[in-house]
Amino acid sequence: MSVRPDEAQRVVFGQTLVELMAEDPRVLLLDGDLANSTRADIVATARPDRFLEMGIAEQNLVGTAAGLATMGFRPWISTFAVFAVKRALDQVRMVVAQTRLPVRLAGAYSGLLTGFTGKTHQAVEDLAVMRAMPHLTVLVPADALECAAAMRWAAEHPGPVYLRLGRDPAPPIFDAPLRGYDPARASWLRRGADLTLVGTGLQSARLAEAARLLAAEGVQAGVLHLPALKPFDRAAVLEAGAPGLVVTVEEHTVLGGLGSLVAETLSQERPARVIRFGIPDVFGESGPNAELLEAFGLSGTQVAGRVLRLLQGIPDPVFPIIPDFQV
Amino acid sequence: MPASPSLAPEVLAALAARGRRHVVQAVAHAGAGHIGGPLSAMDILVALYFGVLRIDPARTAWPERDRFILSKGHSALGLYAVLAMRGFFPEAWLDSFDALGSPLQGHPDMLRCPGVEMSTGSLGQGLSAGLGMALGAQRLGLRETRVFVLLGDGECQEGQIWECAHAAARYRARQLRAIVDWNGLPQYAWPAAAPLGLERVELAARFAAFGWEVAEVDGHDPAALLEALAREPTGDAPLVHIARTQKGRGVSFMEDQAAWHARVPTPDELARAIRELDAAGATAPLPELHAGGGGR
Repeated sequence: MSVRPDEAQRVVFGQTLVELMAEDPRVLLLDGDLANSTRADIVATARPDRFLEMGIAEQNLVGTAAGLATMGFRPWISTFAVFAVKRALDQVRMVVAQTRLPVRLAGAYSGLLTGFTGKTHQAVEDLAVMRAMPHLTVLVPADALECAAAMRWAAEHPGPVYLRLGRDPAPPIFDAPLRGYDPARASWLRRGADLTLVGTGLQSARLAEAARLLAAEGVQAGVLHLPALKPFDRAAVLEAGAPGLVVTVEEHTVLGGLGSLVAETLSQERPARVIRFGIPDVFGESGPNAELLEAFGLSGTQVAGRVLRLLQGIPDPVFPIIPDFQV
Repeated sequence: MPASPSLAPEVLAALAARGRRHVVQAVAHAGAGHIGGPLSAMDILVALYFGVLRIDPARTAWPERDRFILSKGHSALGLYAVLAMRGFFPEAWLDSFDALGSPLQGHPDMLRCPGVEMSTGSLGQGLSAGLGMALGAQRLGLRETRVFVLLGDGECQEGQIWECAHAAARYRARQLRAIVDWNGLPQYAWPAAAPLGLERVELAARFAAFGWEVAEVDGHDPAALLEALAREPTGDAPLVHIARTQKGRGVSFMEDQAAWHARVPTPDELARAIRELDAAGATAPLPELHAGGGGR
């Protein structure tokens, strides 16, 4: 089955798992009663023999997957990223990360764009938490095609994996199936001498848009996409520092995620000024996707405007910009 | 499927005394470690490893083997003592308990210690891993494989136990067997706790309400343990044994004493404990097993 470049990652997740199940009898999917949201229902329908409903009980969901992994299975866990990472964090830590078992945690509905669910369901600190977990691989695909490639890579990986997935269709950065996907190999979407924009996940396409807007203003911004935070492409991050100014942008808290990774790396090996855009140590809000990205300063337009202000020495407004409530 | 070695109850009791001797000695040697819990669980562990589990220390990855998970991971030393006596590693390793670099970590680590099937320590998690193993065995057609999970009674306060109890009953995971080491003494305990007998009845009722088959057994009677743990469930529901035990069992001044949850014996206390355990058969030679549990 060919993946549409602009398909939602949750749909790609279900479709790719069905393919993997056809190729590998060890592949199972365990669901936390969210299959019609996460689109794990694609698997439930196509491969009911490989689908285990575990109910609304994430601690047991993770523990059962670990037990199945000891028996030689390759279990995938599907639930919302907030629950996979936080509700069952101690389970992920002890029976998945510490055991290095081949459990794959698929965190659906990551970031801010979670279908009007608000802060309870928006995973905005998952990358910081999972990046701090020894032995865990942290994959953050940019779009549909990279999601499919990342899953195929994860399927062969002998250890535990966290896969951050987006809910809704998003602009792609890849238009043809990826060959030789490697989580430790970043992609230059654009080269630019004035500064480098560094993104991960769905945010990277918004940075490509921001770079186009900046070019129209005479600013040449490079755009680097990291497909994973662990492992990550150290050489590319060092190269990103070459213009002397790096702006990291993530649909995630600015604490401990992509921005931290880039700042940690550059400060040790190639000091450059690193400005971190992201969610500024607050929780999310309910709202339509486009308005959320505007409010948190993460849309392509907002990022371009923020970079221009940065270059002109004009202070950035305090994000998020939430309108006053009026009856 | 190979038979388990059949040993007389007196031999099992002597093995348990030997295991307890290892526990108190290793805690004294390390200057740290849990002591009450491993002593309460010792007869259960000996019955499993010397009479029930189909295992082969020479082939720890044998697919058809029975699995055991020590969900109450703070009783690690009890498990280590029994694994050593059963031949998974030399008993001399027990001196390294808790030492830097030892395979015998403070809590069981499946990547470090031979024979440990699942890493445990954070309470409430072993039963879920056991469910995964039981469902996996079922999927693989390993119909004879059983998965035993030893829980503490205090551990059953964890919500994950009941998440799993619900799921295991729904999946009719009859290859999963839980054992509750019901010593009635958690680390610090509720103020004004309900009478212990009542709490035990209530725990049994809770498992039954979740759809499990519930049995009670004297957790210090080797013959009763052998019979109870070896039997199949009567239906297709998972089976839980509530094993009545005493924390600190086997050393008179530690029995039922909450203070011995994790106290280190003084040299004088250690000598007294060893005298008592030697009198109970701790120095009897290990039985010849000829790869008993797992040979095939």
